[in-house]
Amino acid sequence: MSDTHAESVAYVRETAIPPAPAPVTEAGVVGWLRQNLFATWANAALTIAALYAIYLVLAATLPWVLGGVWTTDSLTECREVLQGRSAACFSVLTERWNQLIFGFKYPDEFYWRPSLAFVLLFLAAAPVLFFDLPRKLLLFTAVYPFLAYWLIWGGTIWAPVFAALGLVAGYVIFDRFGNQNFATGFLGGIAAALVVWILADYIVPLIASDDPLLPAVQSRDMGGFMLNMILGVVCVSLSLPFGIALALGRQSNMPLIRWISVVFIEFIRGVPLITLLFVANVVLAYFLPPGTSFDLILRVIIMITMFASAYIAEVIRGGLAALPKGQYEAADSLGLDYAQSMRLIILPQALKISIPGIVNVSVGLFKDTTLVSIITMFDLVGMIRGPILASSDWNGVYWELFGFASVLFFITCYGISQYSQWLERRLTTDHR
Amino acid sequence: MKKSVFLGALTIAGLAAGVAAAGTLDDVKARGKLNCGVTTGLVGFAAPDANGEWKGFDVAVCRAVAAAVLNDPTAVEFVPTTGKTRFTALASGEIDLLARNTTWTFSRDVDLKFEFVGVNYYDGQGFMVPKSLGVSSAKELDGATVCIQTGTTTELNLADYFRKNNISYEPVPIETSAEGAQQYLAGACDTYTTDASGLASLRASFENPGDHVILPEIISKEPLAPLVRHGDNEWADVARWTLNALIAAEELGVTSANVNDMAAEAGNSPEINRLLGTEGNLGEMMGLDAKWAVRAIAAGGNYGEIFEKNIGENTPIGLARGLNAQWTDGGLLYAPPFR
Amino acid sequence: MTALTDPQRESFRLSMLINDTRYRSLTFQAIALILVISLFAYLGSNLVRNLAAAGLNISYSFLEDPSGYDINQTLIPYTSRSSNLQAAWVGILNTLLVAVLGCITATVLGVIAGVLRLSKNWLVRKLMSVYVEIFRNIPVLIWILIIYGIMTVSLPAPSAFRGDNPTSSMLFNLFAFTNRGIYIPAPVWGPGSMIVVATFVASIIAVFAYRSYAKKLLFSTGRLLPTGWPSLAILLVPTILLFLVLGRPIGLDIPELKGFNFGGGIKVGAPLIALWFALSVYTGAFIAENVRAGILAVSKGQTEAAAALGLRPRRIMNLVILPQALRVIIPPLISQYLNITKNSSLAIAVGYADITATLGGITLNQTGRAIECVLLLMLFYLAISLSISVIMNIYNSKMKLKER
Repeated sequence: MSDTHAESVAYVRETAIPPAPAPVTEAGVVGWLRQNLFATWANAALTIAALYAIYLVLAATLPWVLGGVWTTDSLTECREVLQGRSAACFSVLTERWNQLIFGFKYPDEFYWRPSLAFVLLFLAAAPVLFFDLPRKLLLFTAVYPFLAYWLIWGGTIWAPVFAALGLVAGYVIFDRFGNQNFATGFLGGIAAALVVWILADYIVPLIASDDPLLPAVQSRDMGGFMLNMILGVVCVSLSLPFGIALALGRQSNMPLIRWISVVFIEFIRGVPLITLLFVANVVLAYFLPPGTSFDLILRVIIMITMFASAYIAEVIRGGLAALPKGQYEAADSLGLDYAQSMRLIILPQALKISIPGIVNVSVGLFKDTTLVSIITMFDLVGMIRGPILASSDWNGVYWELFGFASVLFFITCYGISQYSQWLERRLTTDHR
Repeated sequence: MKKSVFLGALTIAGLAAGVAAAGTLDDVKARGKLNCGVTTGLVGFAAPDANGEWKGFDVAVCRAVAAAVLNDPTAVEFVPTTGKTRFTALASGEIDLLARNTTWTFSRDVDLKFEFVGVNYYDGQGFMVPKSLGVSSAKELDGATVCIQTGTTTELNLADYFRKNNISYEPVPIETSAEGAQQYLAGACDTYTTDASGLASLRASFENPGDHVILPEIISKEPLAPLVRHGDNEWADVARWTLNALIAAEELGVTSANVNDMAAEAGNSPEINRLLGTEGNLGEMMGLDAKWAVRAIAAGGNYGEIFEKNIGENTPIGLARGLNAQWTDGGLLYAPPFR
Repeated sequence: MTALTDPQRESFRLSMLINDTRYRSLTFQAIALILVISLFAYLGSNLVRNLAAAGLNISYSFLEDPSGYDINQTLIPYTSRSSNLQAAWVGILNTLLVAVLGCITATVLGVIAGVLRLSKNWLVRKLMSVYVEIFRNIPVLIWILIIYGIMTVSLPAPSAFRGDNPTSSMLFNLFAFTNRGIYIPAPVWGPGSMIVVATFVASIIAVFAYRSYAKKLLFSTGRLLPTGWPSLAILLVPTILLFLVLGRPIGLDIPELKGFNFGGGIKVGAPLIALWFALSVYTGAFIAENVRAGILAVSKGQTEAAAALGLRPRRIMNLVILPQALRVIIPPLISQYLNITKNSSLAIAVGYADITATLGGITLNQTGRAIECVLLLMLFYLAISLSISVIMNIYNSKMKLKER
């Protein structure tokens, strides 16, 4: 073919033209700019508007942040140092750091305890969050709640030990009988746990030493960001089992169970968290036996847990509904009963696809723990709005404090949501 | 209803057996701690300081009661309450005593079933305005925007006052006093209203307190009183007479400095002797020991000392005694006799 | 193999209640029923005993009593002599007001941000991600407090408008932006104003009629009528003409500084603006994510197929992508609306008189009727969210893909 026209054509090039470099307007920085920022006139206008907006924000905040004062003891001193300059008084953060993080009543000499619990939290959460880690680490995860309770609240070590023992007893019974008959195992397990706990109620006061290794700290003394963390972690972990139970209940073919679950879930999801906190704060006391009163923090944990389980139940229901019907039928055809098919076939898959949703609910819940400040608990926001801004030293420092709170929440929540996105990507590839 | 009550009674029959209606005094003694409701933070009356210690005028009352009952002024668990939660907290037994700038009113006493044990501060609602506004009387505030802290009787007094004087205003309800200050200082409201003592406390925390004046009108009577639950008269007596002991101690010249000397042996004044337990058995009648008042006074001083230490003229709050002087000095403090 | 005989009919044994699947569900339901009833009975009896011990009762008569407090932003007539019930109504209307306003602006913001997150412009895309991430990851309570604080500090007080040399002035002499709120001119309805309004309403109907006529014509004959300019003309020309002919029956009540405050016009209070704005930008960030996810959910093949049919990009968006994306976007959008309504209860933090602040706040404080107030409060929110759920279910069943 090539030589067909060789005679009739004056010149035929015999080698390929070496590739020319792309025009300067299409490659390198300029090309990138053209493609991404100035592709069309409208685009260029948008870019310029965006640049201007960035400039406005930075011009207003940067000098204020960079010129901040970090080492004074009160706002008056800080104003003297600034001499009329407009800049931040970050010294409120350094001076009240402990109060912001731990609240104003947690004993200073024990700050290491919640800090240690916080560090261990990562170790405990790691095997749950990352499937690749050795499964043996889950053992530490199981121990962690009791360890963290002991570290933060202190007091006799026997209380958390017996609480754990009760669960172990329940699990042993369940393991022994649950294989033959789920219901027997389940109810037996609960009974065994209850027996241990009731026994512990009598035994613990007897064997508890008067001078425990870690002195007890009242739960009223918890505060600051630590309180947000406690509420967030405790309520999310507690709400998971309840959420699963509610989701299964809502899918159940027993009408009564289904109706109870539906009413509970819709009721909780229909009211704002703040009204539930009002209930915890001003109403719940009327529904407890006369003469008993338990901690506000415990009442709040109950309410937030109820709140979170309703939302988590809906996420898990989504996961259950997303499973192909074949999975249910396959489990049935294998002759598995309800408990077995749920435990072995359905839930592992349904939970796996609900994890991103659960993480989203958890982030939302963690942010919502700030609402406890409205019912006089001194969490991070409560500390800022209450004792710190009301003190004569720091009356008038708003932006530094709220900025700090925002940064703290942003780091935590953004971290969790990045994890959730990573997980989502991973799970999608797993499925294809 | 009846049926459910019956069913409920069945279910809890076992659980509730131990909960007999013990008196609060016994409860507190058994617990070894007094649960005392205070505000979430009002400098001078009750606020945690930089070390997390609660300090203030109301706090001192709690400490005196704890000292009298438990022999330890620090055996107090301070429970911060808001205007919304304070009454439930008391009614439900979460706290034993509420000392939180609570105004003694008919409906609270009768309808909400509480027992006010005596007035610890005579207050009244006032207005603070910036000097630059050029207002010298509350009657000139027609059309003004008024910042009020919610959850107090303040809102009702304000509505009544403006209605009575037939002038209009715009209320801006505020949740915490710090936010109130922010709004007021930024000019988002023309005037800030709350109890006159609160205004003084707030003004003290401003950068330039001199730029603000408190108007002469006091538009309400606010007898601030500690309160306990209705129907537990023994406990009410303990709280009432501890407060009275503090007031009487000032009148009789007993201070935290000399109380232990005076209590060491009976002196010449029979009333002081009865108060300090060197004569008679007043403490016993209340279910306490003879030295209860000595401890209450030693905890933070007599009424006058507490006042001077927390809100008096030498503190940033700088309140004059005014109505809160002893009756002998032209004030309203008048402790009934100890006999 | 012999023929199977029916197994012997067993007589009922107690163990069958737990071992036999026929009866087991009955057993479980009975247990659940007993547990629930005893739980409620337990709580109820505690309540009765507690109330009896404290000498209290449950009574709603306080709703009839005068409330005794004033509210600064009311949509219905209200004074401090009105009843607590009236105060609750004021609160309900205020809640609905901020919720509706919030839903509208949050949707607008969210759609813009969501579309811009898919923009080809790198800077805009990143900027929108920053907006979405910042607002999604910081609690809404903090945002409400910060925005209210910014408004208070950065906008001028009314006193700045006073004097010979005011530091601030009104925008176009019509709008006053102060830290107490924004004052806007209020319309004054003169005689004949109703005719103008009626004309305007009629014009709107006429626009729709014209558009559907144009569509019908397009489908039946293929003739394409212009829609943009004619619509605008139909909408505005008759109204403006009539307005001028009748001698400008609708006037403006322009706010002006009187005494301590601006008088006249309509005041949109600072707490309302702060709450509205905070809820909008916060929820807008969530809606942006929903919108983005919805658009991404429409497979690329749809765009390519539409392009292959020769549709122009704008029509691809309007006729192919959006209808399919909406199916994905709308359910989460509605639950975001629900969230706005529920989050509006945080009004209490900035002193906006919503239902939580009136019934659940001041009324509760003043009357001490905690149980009654909280119960009514929950019922209100429950009613709102159940009605929104009903709407959502109807929508879902209508939009469900018809599968065979």
